[in-house]
Amino acid sequence: MGYLQGFAVTFRKMFKGTESGRVVTTQYPDEKRPKPERFHGRHVLNRYEDGMEKCIGCELCAGVCPARCIYVRGADNPPDDPVSPGERFGYVYEINYLRCIHCDLCVEACPTEAITESKLFEFSFTNRSDAIYTKDELVVRDDGRPQQLPWEDWKPGDDEHTSAWVRATSPSGRADYEGQVAWSGELGYGIRSPERGQSADAEPDAEPDDDHSEHHHDDHDHGHDDHGGHH
Amino acid sequence: MMAGLSLPGPTVIGLDPLYTGGVGLAEVLITLLKVGVAFALLMVAVMLMIWFERKVISDMQNRIGPNLAGPFGILQTLADGIKLFFKEDLIPEQSDRLVFKLAPYLSLVPAFLVFAVVPVGGDFSGGNGRVSLFGHETFLQVADPPVGILLVLAMSSVAVYGVMLAGWSSGSKYPLLASVRASAQMVSYEAALGLSLAAVLLKSGSLSTNQIVAEQSVWNWNLWVTWVVPMVIFLIAATAELNRPPFDLVEAEQELVGGFHTEYSSIRFALFYLAEFMNMITMSAIVVTLFLGGPNGPDFTSVGWLSGVLWFFAKLMLFLFSFVWLRATLPRFRYDQLMDLGWKLLIPLSLGWLLVLASYDVAGDRGWNRAAAVIVALAIMAALASLLALALRAARQRRELDPQGEFV
Repeated sequence: MGYLQGFAVTFRKMFKGTESGRVVTTQYPDEKRPKPERFHGRHVLNRYEDGMEKCIGCELCAGVCPARCIYVRGADNPPDDPVSPGERFGYVYEINYLRCIHCDLCVEACPTEAITESKLFEFSFTNRSDAIYTKDELVVRDDGRPQQLPWEDWKPGDDEHTSAWVRATSPSGRADYEGQVAWSGELGYGIRSPERGQSADAEPDAEPDDDHSEHHHDDHDHGHDDHGGHH
Repeated sequence: MMAGLSLPGPTVIGLDPLYTGGVGLAEVLITLLKVGVAFALLMVAVMLMIWFERKVISDMQNRIGPNLAGPFGILQTLADGIKLFFKEDLIPEQSDRLVFKLAPYLSLVPAFLVFAVVPVGGDFSGGNGRVSLFGHETFLQVADPPVGILLVLAMSSVAVYGVMLAGWSSGSKYPLLASVRASAQMVSYEAALGLSLAAVLLKSGSLSTNQIVAEQSVWNWNLWVTWVVPMVIFLIAATAELNRPPFDLVEAEQELVGGFHTEYSSIRFALFYLAEFMNMITMSAIVVTLFLGGPNGPDFTSVGWLSGVLWFFAKLMLFLFSFVWLRATLPRFRYDQLMDLGWKLLIPLSLGWLLVLASYDVAGDRGWNRAAAVIVALAIMAALASLLALALRAARQRRELDPQGEFV
């Protein structure tokens, strides 16, 4: 009598007060779910604490972009008024958001953490030229926050954690460096603190299997005292 | 009860007491009023039904459903309708233009016409369903033709053409496949529908819907007069006839894009949508009329006609809710399962049940022992069922031995 049980299930679901009938809908434009820490949104071009641009015009982001949405041209820094601390700077920097798939490969490729992603995803332009963001629009403001364009719907917090992805990963993906600062300071924020680690205060369930933990204990000597208890 | 037959007057229009004293201006106006009210009622009912279905099914799926247009989103259908009305009307280049334009109306008009013979109210406890409108005695139904139920069957057959021609004239393969499925399904289930209906006609002895309802007053519903089985068969067949889940193979999105109306857009699509829901309402109304005594029920209001309307509405809602409930619960049938259910179970069962009911009646007429007659009929039914089962088993074995059909 499986069919009849099915009818009972759908009938029970109708009553909203009960646990089984709990509504899962979010009333989207009015009410929004919190975004994940490393959400991939619209890009920003970061600056150093002294206001210099981080981009050095190396075009690695353009080279790695699978959607071919980034166009970069580098130029030599003017000696009397340098834009970036290095030899060259990003003279032209354009991202076409009609093509961008927000894969974040450009962020991974960038050697100077110049390009990162904010959490903004609600931006609806009405013509193609608005869809192409130039350097003027991508570079952060003097207070270190992203520029807010008229068609962008920024929510509180979207503009704060613009480099969360960079700060979440350890250099070369090595977990031993987790929690150690390996990135440069940002205009308006200074040297940002790392994202909460994955293993330091993680739940025992979320841990990798024993072989892995053992391996990484043998290779590296680091003091995760609470770790030993699980073996 | 059969007094209506002896009355003079145009029997084509029916046995409505409105026309017994000749047809003058007042009669024409009252008839036009009834037509207008039925039309408006049905349109509003369809609008509310679409909203009701969306709301109930979203409740059953832990969602909210439409809630922005009007209070509780009740005007969502209206908004959708207005949107569809102003959208671009596309006609595919490969289509047969005339038939393509005709098909939506072939779907819609039968749905309307069926509702014309449904008695939606009236005092059936003593007044034979008559009510007084502006000093004229009449029925609360647009028309009561002597062929009543046959009109329903005829219209549901015509509705097949709407679906079939829509798919065929689109000049596109998926609509064509969908319409082939649809017409096969609807034609198959029409047999079961008609045979289960025959049980009701056998008991009430009339095709007129008003007579059928009058026979069931007040608690003498055909549901138990025909011993439940015909109503179950009728409901299953009606669900299949309406292409509602779990028999919505016609609109199997995973296989057929949108179904027979894939190529339709704008207001033509809206007409199909309208027809689909209108058919649902009229078919529920027919079930109520045939098996649940229509507007019959104990009078609990002081206003004579109101009680009947309320009873009718309450019974109608029961079936409309069931259709939504079915959709929320059951997965879609496979095509061969659908055909098996229709041809190998429902049609033989409704034929057998007709045999049982007829033997009961004949035994009563001839003064035989009724119980014995029914037992003999059931025994014959069982024997035929086992013969059918044997035949099906033989066919299956043969198919397994010769899957390609080479040695047939």
